Amino acid sequence: MKLHPARLLFLQVLVAVAALAIWHIGATVPIGGDYLLPEFFFSKPWDVLARVVELFVSGTIWKHLWITLTETVLAFLIGSIGGVVIGFWFARKPVVAAVFDPYVKMVNALPRVVLAPIFMLWLGLGIWSKVALGVTLVFFIVFFNVYQGVKEVSPVVLANARMMGMNERQLFRNVYWPSAMSWMFSSLHTAVGFALVGAVVGEYLGSSAGLGYLIHQAEGVFDVTGVFAGMFILAAFVLVIDWVVTRVEKRLLVWRPQAASEQN
Amino acid sequence: MTATARAMTAEAPAGAPLAVALDDISISFAIKGRPVFKAVAPTSLHVNEGEFVAIVGPTGCGKSTLLNATAGLLAPAGGTVSIFGEPLVGLNARAGYLFQQDALMPWKTALDNVAIALEIGGLRRLEAQTQAREWLKRVGLARFTERYPHELSGGQRKRVALAQMLIRQPKILLMDEPFGPLDAQTRQIMGTLLLRLWAQDRKAVLFVTHDLEEAIALSDRVVIMSAGPEARIIGDYPIDLARPRDAAEIRLDPRFHALHRTIWNQLKAEVAKTYGDELAAEEVSS
Repeated sequence: MKLHPARLLFLQVLVAVAALAIWHIGATVPIGGDYLLPEFFFSKPWDVLARVVELFVSGTIWKHLWITLTETVLAFLIGSIGGVVIGFWFARKPVVAAVFDPYVKMVNALPRVVLAPIFMLWLGLGIWSKVALGVTLVFFIVFFNVYQGVKEVSPVVLANARMMGMNERQLFRNVYWPSAMSWMFSSLHTAVGFALVGAVVGEYLGSSAGLGYLIHQAEGVFDVTGVFAGMFILAAFVLVIDWVVTRVEKRLLVWRPQAASEQN
Repeated sequence: MTATARAMTAEAPAGAPLAVALDDISISFAIKGRPVFKAVAPTSLHVNEGEFVAIVGPTGCGKSTLLNATAGLLAPAGGTVSIFGEPLVGLNARAGYLFQQDALMPWKTALDNVAIALEIGGLRRLEAQTQAREWLKRVGLARFTERYPHELSGGQRKRVALAQMLIRQPKILLMDEPFGPLDAQTRQIMGTLLLRLWAQDRKAVLFVTHDLEEAIALSDRVVIMSAGPEARIIGDYPIDLARPRDAAEIRLDPRFHALHRTIWNQLKAEVAKTYGDELAAEEVSS
């Protein structure tokens, strides 16, 4: 069963309106002398919107967005490059992979949040401790995918390329690299998402700027309106990044069957 | 057995080296924890320049293994592989290989898949693409140059693979059940296309198939392999059907039927052996 697009949009908007209405009523209309959603803990939709607008109008938000964006992009780039290089190296040198295997598993098993204080000590409260946290998250996703991508190159495609006369360098360029990239791009959403998680969590734990910092500051003074405003901006920010990633992905993976992604 | 162990050769022009000479080739696989599996017992096969030889045999008899040894993808356990009189070292650079499975690079368009075969030889991209376009036209895909493999049908992908192999002008064509995955009609169309392209410059062809009709329709010689393990070549039949042939219409020729009957008489015993063994084994295990 497929909904008409207009009808679908209507229903989607309806959900938002209903949720906001419940929120608004819960926060402003006393039921039996009590508020269902006390303003102190839940703020009010209108106030949150006003705060969001104020943040943008006064321009204070841009600095924080810029910092978070920078950290995310840096974490993604450094983590990806590291993951690609090490992934290729391990996939092509099984001995190296076997030696490092238990350590890779060990480090990957560690919840990354516990590394944040260490990175703060090593790299200070600036952006680099957040970038480092994001890198530890992004690296493993990219690493495992590239490793898999190189390992899972179809033996027939490989034999065909060899029979064509490709040397090692040409095999790398025309077979291994595209295969690894296709695996990496299929995890692009996850990798970018984790880069952002690293940045925001890092900011939240100790920083002087960024969206995580903004939320943490508001929370520190029981400014629930500020917390909610920060959360909405963060959610919108993630959606924008996700949209950009989808566009990039569509462009790079044009050769792949569409069946899987059409369901999105 | 002495008669079959002898190299089977059609009359070669004196002095001209054989395109492919497999002499006393044996092939084994070592699988951990199991006794060494002798896929192919010492056997010999010679292919003249310009000769189209089909290898037919029951499934799992080692036909493809023989082909891979000729391609240099697999080292034989014993015997020698000579290409135009020279012993084969490493990959066979003078051979083109058409695989049964999809072997196109899925991330390249049809045009790029064909052009790359020349580009890796050092030809400039633009020139390679011009020639690739020409080859895609020859295999009937002029309108599909910008398609990716997943946007093509199975038959179209095979045509691209055919163009990819032929554009390098290899001296020897090795084909491993290339039309196996295709439906019956497409197979015959592909067979006719292959014959038409081959007739232009007559390379040596080693064509593996389990389809005897296809083998007779296409080739100059049909070679029968026994059921594995320790498969050997046990029959060699010259196909004296006139060329040019149409792979579909030739099947109506009375001579075709006579050949088919003769060869099938020998082949069916081998096929029965393969299935007979499996059925017997199933009965024991159940």
